[in-house]
Amino acid sequence: MILTPDEIRTIRQEAGHFPHPSAAAIEALNIAQEGHGWISDELLKEIAELLGMSPADLDSVATFYNLIYRRPVGRRVIHYCNSVSCWMLGAEDNCRHLSEKLGIGLGETTGDGEYTLLPIVCLGACDRAPVLMIGEETHFNVDPAKLDDILGDSGAP
Amino acid sequence: MDKPLTRNFKPDGSAATLAEYRAGGGYEGLKKVLAELAPPEVQQRVKDSGLRGRGGAGFPTGLKWSFVPMGEDAPKAKYLVVNGDEMEPGAFKDRLLLEGDPHQLIEGVAIGAYAIQAPIAYIFLRGEYRLAAERLRRAIAEAEEHKLLGENILGSGFSLDLRLHTSAGRYICGEETALLNSLEGKRANPRAKPPFPQVSGLFGKPTIVNNVETLCNLPHIFRNGVDWYQSLSRTGDPGTKIYGVSGRVKRPGAWELPMGTTAREIIEEHAGGMREGFRLKGYLPGGASTDFLLPEHLDIPMDFGSIGKAGSRLGTGTLILLDDKTCPVRMVLNLEQFFAQESCGWCTPCRDGLPWTVGLLEGLIEGQGRPEDLETLERLCGLLGPGNTFCALAPGAMEPLQSALKYFRADFERYLQPKKVSGGAYA
Amino acid sequence: MPDKIVGNDFGPPKAGPEDGLQGRSPHKIVGNDFGQPKAGPQDGLQGRSPHIEIDGKSYPVKAGDNLLQAILSLGLDLPYFCWHPAMGSVGACRQCGVIQFKDAEDDPGRLVMACMTPVTEGMRISLQGENARNFRAGILELLMTNHPHDCPVCEEGGECHLQDMTVMTGHTFRQYRGLKRTHRNQNLGPFINHEMNRCIACYRCVRYYQDYCGGEDLQVFAAHHHVYFGRHEDGALENEFSGNLVEVCPTGVFTDKTFSRHYSRKWDLQTAPSICVHCGIGCNTSPGERYGSLRRIVNRYHGEINGYFLCDRGRFGYGFVNGPARIHQARSAEEGLLDAETTAARFAAAIRDAKGIVGIGSPRASLEANFALRELVGAERFHAGIGDTEHGCLRTLLGIVRDFPVHLSSLCEAEQADAVLVLGEDLTQTAPRLALALRQAVRQRALAIAEGLGIPRWQDAAVREAAQAEKSPLFVASPAPTRLDEVAARTCRAGPEAIARLGFAVAHRICPEAPAVAGLLPEHEALAAEIAEALAGAERPLIVSGAGCLSEDVLRAAGQIAAALAAKRQGQPTGAHFAVPECNSLGLALMGMEGDFPHPGPLPVGEGELAAAPIPFSLAAAVQAIERGEADTLVILENDLYRRADRATIDALLDRARQVIVIDHTLHQTAERAHLALPAASFAETEGTLVNSEGRAQRFFAAMQPIGDSRDAWRWLGHWPHLDDLIRALAESLPVFREITGCAPGAAFRVAGQKIPRQPHRYSGRTAMLADVRIHEPKQPEDTDSALAFSMEGAPENHPPALNPFMWAPGWNSNQSVGKFQDEAGGHLRGGDPGIRLIGDGGGTGPQWFAPPEAGAALSDALRLVPIHHIFGSDETSMHSAAVAERAPHPYLALSPEDATRLGLTEGSEVELLVDVWLPVKLLPGLAAGVAGVPAGLPGLPFLEIASRPWTPNKPGDEAP
Repeated sequence: MILTPDEIRTIRQEAGHFPHPSAAAIEALNIAQEGHGWISDELLKEIAELLGMSPADLDSVATFYNLIYRRPVGRRVIHYCNSVSCWMLGAEDNCRHLSEKLGIGLGETTGDGEYTLLPIVCLGACDRAPVLMIGEETHFNVDPAKLDDILGDSGAP
Repeated sequence: MDKPLTRNFKPDGSAATLAEYRAGGGYEGLKKVLAELAPPEVQQRVKDSGLRGRGGAGFPTGLKWSFVPMGEDAPKAKYLVVNGDEMEPGAFKDRLLLEGDPHQLIEGVAIGAYAIQAPIAYIFLRGEYRLAAERLRRAIAEAEEHKLLGENILGSGFSLDLRLHTSAGRYICGEETALLNSLEGKRANPRAKPPFPQVSGLFGKPTIVNNVETLCNLPHIFRNGVDWYQSLSRTGDPGTKIYGVSGRVKRPGAWELPMGTTAREIIEEHAGGMREGFRLKGYLPGGASTDFLLPEHLDIPMDFGSIGKAGSRLGTGTLILLDDKTCPVRMVLNLEQFFAQESCGWCTPCRDGLPWTVGLLEGLIEGQGRPEDLETLERLCGLLGPGNTFCALAPGAMEPLQSALKYFRADFERYLQPKKVSGGAYA
Repeated sequence: MPDKIVGNDFGPPKAGPEDGLQGRSPHKIVGNDFGQPKAGPQDGLQGRSPHIEIDGKSYPVKAGDNLLQAILSLGLDLPYFCWHPAMGSVGACRQCGVIQFKDAEDDPGRLVMACMTPVTEGMRISLQGENARNFRAGILELLMTNHPHDCPVCEEGGECHLQDMTVMTGHTFRQYRGLKRTHRNQNLGPFINHEMNRCIACYRCVRYYQDYCGGEDLQVFAAHHHVYFGRHEDGALENEFSGNLVEVCPTGVFTDKTFSRHYSRKWDLQTAPSICVHCGIGCNTSPGERYGSLRRIVNRYHGEINGYFLCDRGRFGYGFVNGPARIHQARSAEEGLLDAETTAARFAAAIRDAKGIVGIGSPRASLEANFALRELVGAERFHAGIGDTEHGCLRTLLGIVRDFPVHLSSLCEAEQADAVLVLGEDLTQTAPRLALALRQAVRQRALAIAEGLGIPRWQDAAVREAAQAEKSPLFVASPAPTRLDEVAARTCRAGPEAIARLGFAVAHRICPEAPAVAGLLPEHEALAAEIAEALAGAERPLIVSGAGCLSEDVLRAAGQIAAALAAKRQGQPTGAHFAVPECNSLGLALMGMEGDFPHPGPLPVGEGELAAAPIPFSLAAAVQAIERGEADTLVILENDLYRRADRATIDALLDRARQVIVIDHTLHQTAERAHLALPAASFAETEGTLVNSEGRAQRFFAAMQPIGDSRDAWRWLGHWPHLDDLIRALAESLPVFREITGCAPGAAFRVAGQKIPRQPHRYSGRTAMLADVRIHEPKQPEDTDSALAFSMEGAPENHPPALNPFMWAPGWNSNQSVGKFQDEAGGHLRGGDPGIRLIGDGGGTGPQWFAPPEAGAALSDALRLVPIHHIFGSDETSMHSAAVAERAPHPYLALSPEDATRLGLTEGSEVELLVDVWLPVKLLPGLAAGVAGVPAGLPGLPFLEIASRPWTPNKPGDEAP
């Protein structure tokens, strides 16, 4: 078992809220990803079993949603908003700066396993564009200089 | 001027506590509803208020509720679902309401659930809204503690179990039937209508899906009455509206203003006008999936009817400004890239038509364009138009494109002239 | 838990018999068995049917249909992809757009999807309106942006629905200049190829595989234009009906891997109307030949039996026809291989010199072949080549059908049952297509819920969303777990005896006059009550049983329940279906039942045992006849006797006979021991009649010339000039078969003076295909036995359904052309679904109640052996097909983990089944306690008169039992 007893308990709890356990698929994936960073095939099978689904049925759901990672990611995922308002106000410069600074392209993870760089759709703070999320935290009015402050010299090649 | 929705917002951006919310008359609307009104009366009052959905479509809320089977033979299980999946590029109003005054939403949910007699309600929140999720959880716990949620609310005999679902992403979840599939733990493909969710919704049960801002209006309608509510507006559509502006203005932001405020007032007075060196070339009045309007439309009241007549939609009421230094073709490309990527892949025109649209725009910008490509783009606007697709995503995606082709055609054609600086005037 | 989902918010199912899946009543169905042309769609069941106006012309349509169904039912063309008559509408592909007008004035109207729009009286629409045509061409153009142009190397080419629709929409000019998205393909096992780049994302495959078949290992992954249809990881598709993906997919994503190995274009295949020979259900098939070898099997639509779908055994089991074990030439024990002439002489001499001949028939040979042998040896010397226990089951079954108020339900009727009891049968393994039908039956509840909400039954996704997990009651009682358990309300795991007693208890609960069962387990008592309540409360109850666990008591219990229900329902016959092992089991048994036969009650003590006088016609009687020297010659027809009785018995039989003559297409142990083995034509090379488990006699025809020296078995045996003469003789001498001349038009039949071509009009290369042998084009062989011709010339259309070799209509080269041959979309074949029901329409008035069997003394350390059937493995002929053999299990002996522990056995431990026959133990969770499962009919396993023997496990080192 990769899932911890706590995770199993929470997943069972969530499943209990619904008419049938498979309805908790997304909650379960979120819970597992919380603890393990991403959803490996093994993890997927365990969750599927827990919810009485086939791995294929659960993977069908998992691969649909963009916040479920089916490949390993860094400890902190950088989601930079590339939607219209942020794009207009320099999102692309920020992205370029990030991949130069961290030495990774989109979808890649830094050698030290710290950061993964991903685009994300509008983060709903267009009045403070450009916006990006680093892990849990959202940063507003971002520009290359501000990025340097936030990241310090971490991940620098 | 009354600003009921944002009255409890604090300058430091922290959330209004239960105490603060109640101090301002919070939960009195709910108290009144539970004590004085039968569910059908609640529905009638919301109809009378003229409240229209704030999610984009502007469907009359009371009317929507009235399709829910009520009475003895109606199913016992019913659901009220809050659409908090704010993901339309340019829209950022719900986040403010969720973070600034979570109890306002909770009270609205309780009133709505009572109106349709739903024992269970869900808040469907987009996964990236971490702060909102945290504040909602706290607020829900507070409310339960104080008998404002859960068993036998305020001793009325009405019980409501309010649950928070944080999504795993995808813009399509904002489509109400796709949202229901997602809540059922499935892929967020939209469902066919009919049957409407009021008849067969979440888990096959009668279900109402309302937008966050819509529900936030309810407490005030019931606390201050229908007449007061209608007096807030400057036009036929009642109440206030949270308008927002993003783009190259001096003070981007969001403001609660009387419904029907003009874009000019919003942009020039509240957003401080365009930044130095930039002129307004056009604007999307209600988010990414609305048609462009031009400076000549600035004095049209921002309400459902008037914007409709001008050939666009009020949508979310959050304006995205196109300035004279930004290439409309590239801006539209960015929008179409978003829609193509967020298509659920269920129906052909959306799944296969949007990537083609993106490809044509990219080709154009890279200098690979051909004159007939513009006709193809126009043809796609028709092919992916309303009624032709399974849901409203693709038709929404076509709105900025078709209006751009109409208003900014010269900018498209400029890319067709060989050896011109790519991006023409915008390099 | 499911009750929570929909709970009791809805009344009892409202759907009456008139509202079957296709909206047809059982009575119309039965009426249809006799080849009467069906009434057209105009006479809707709701009285006067609505009329709609299409492009200015008024048409009658069937109330409750959607526009697409209605338009296709009228014979008009409208392109579609995601809709399927068996699966309903989901509105995904947007291909079937038409213009709908509000009223007479409205113009331009608005575009609607025909598949999602119910027909309404006076509705005005346009198919040909320019907007509609442009829209449909535009959608097709979008689908083609990612579709590769590999048609020349695509197995689907020439029978591709996407090709047809592309032409139909008029999308001819391509504007897309972009790249096409590409995918990685998967290995899906021995049956199916996977080529995802061809996918147009119509979602049919997953809807068919999951929603229709209950498969769990095919899914759609990812989103937007990256959607991928496949398995979660490489591997064989697990569902037993995966082969239909080949026909469900509108293009070449899923294709027949066994066909690819010797591929030929559809238009180059010579085909004939045929019947599947791999179980007793009698699915209609269309085998295709090229260059003298059988290339593939595809579904041949039958509105009452298989509809659109076959099981994988039936589709991929054809390999034996071209297989290495095929007998091409006669062989004699002394002289080795013989030429045709010598063979005939030797056979004639053998018959002449015989001092009495015993003939042993075959449940996998046609009525005609069996009858020919019966005529040769005389009725009293003709015996069933069926194991005695199985034979007893078949006799009991026929007795019940004759004496009890049962109506043998077709599969189409079974799909409409609203409460089902399966007694003792693992249908997925023994009668697969019936199992698939029952998966649809459990949806009756969902359809009723949808109806209550005003959701049309064809709006597939909406029906499923509304009903969630709600199902009509299905009960499965069997020794081992079955695939249907997952959709069953309750299951019961027990040995045959306990299953029978449960059944009798159910009958008693339904009708108190039926004798009670003493000493039943409390949990079985409760279960019996629950089952009885469900069946008695249903409008269309169905009882399913069969010979699967080789217990006559189980069959009697099923009959008792049917009688009890009929008694409760004013004598209205009860729907029932009894699975039988082979394609002509019922036909052969009927032959043996000629004249009168006893009430199928338990035989007086002693009589059942081989010791006493064997039942006439039984294999035991044949053995006795040889033993007693009443005959010195054995003629064995298409039968490996080593699969029918234990080795000692058969060895003795074959040793004792002075002459053993075997007529068969495939070499087996019996044929190897023959003094003279004659090559017989396989089903693909000969004609004849088979009786399926529904009591329906069906004719099959040769798709190709006999391979090598093989001949129609009946031609070896007699001197009838033509098949029709033989059929007539059979019909005249055996009353039960009186009607079979009507199964299909005879050899004299002509359409406008012409025979019916087996080859499509595009059949190519006939002048050249044998040029490497002889430069002159050989004369096409004549077929004097049927109205079909081995040719491309002949009547191009108006073929009677029973004589239609393949489906084709102008503009419709794919299997979707079947719509052009149906009385309505997804309905019956125009001219009537083929076949004649010989028995099972109402049955006797009865009942004379059976006395339930006593509970046998519990065996201390011994276990009861039960057969475990395998769709891939238990059938003799299909195991000669490499793809099927690859999916078959290795021999094993199954024990429940509990029993294994009790006996000190673990997974893999070797145990002795018979003297010197050792098998590895397989732990089978859920297997009934006190039984040991042995795979039925698996090659390499000796025959076991299973039902008769308790078995004491014997581990290495133990003393022999």
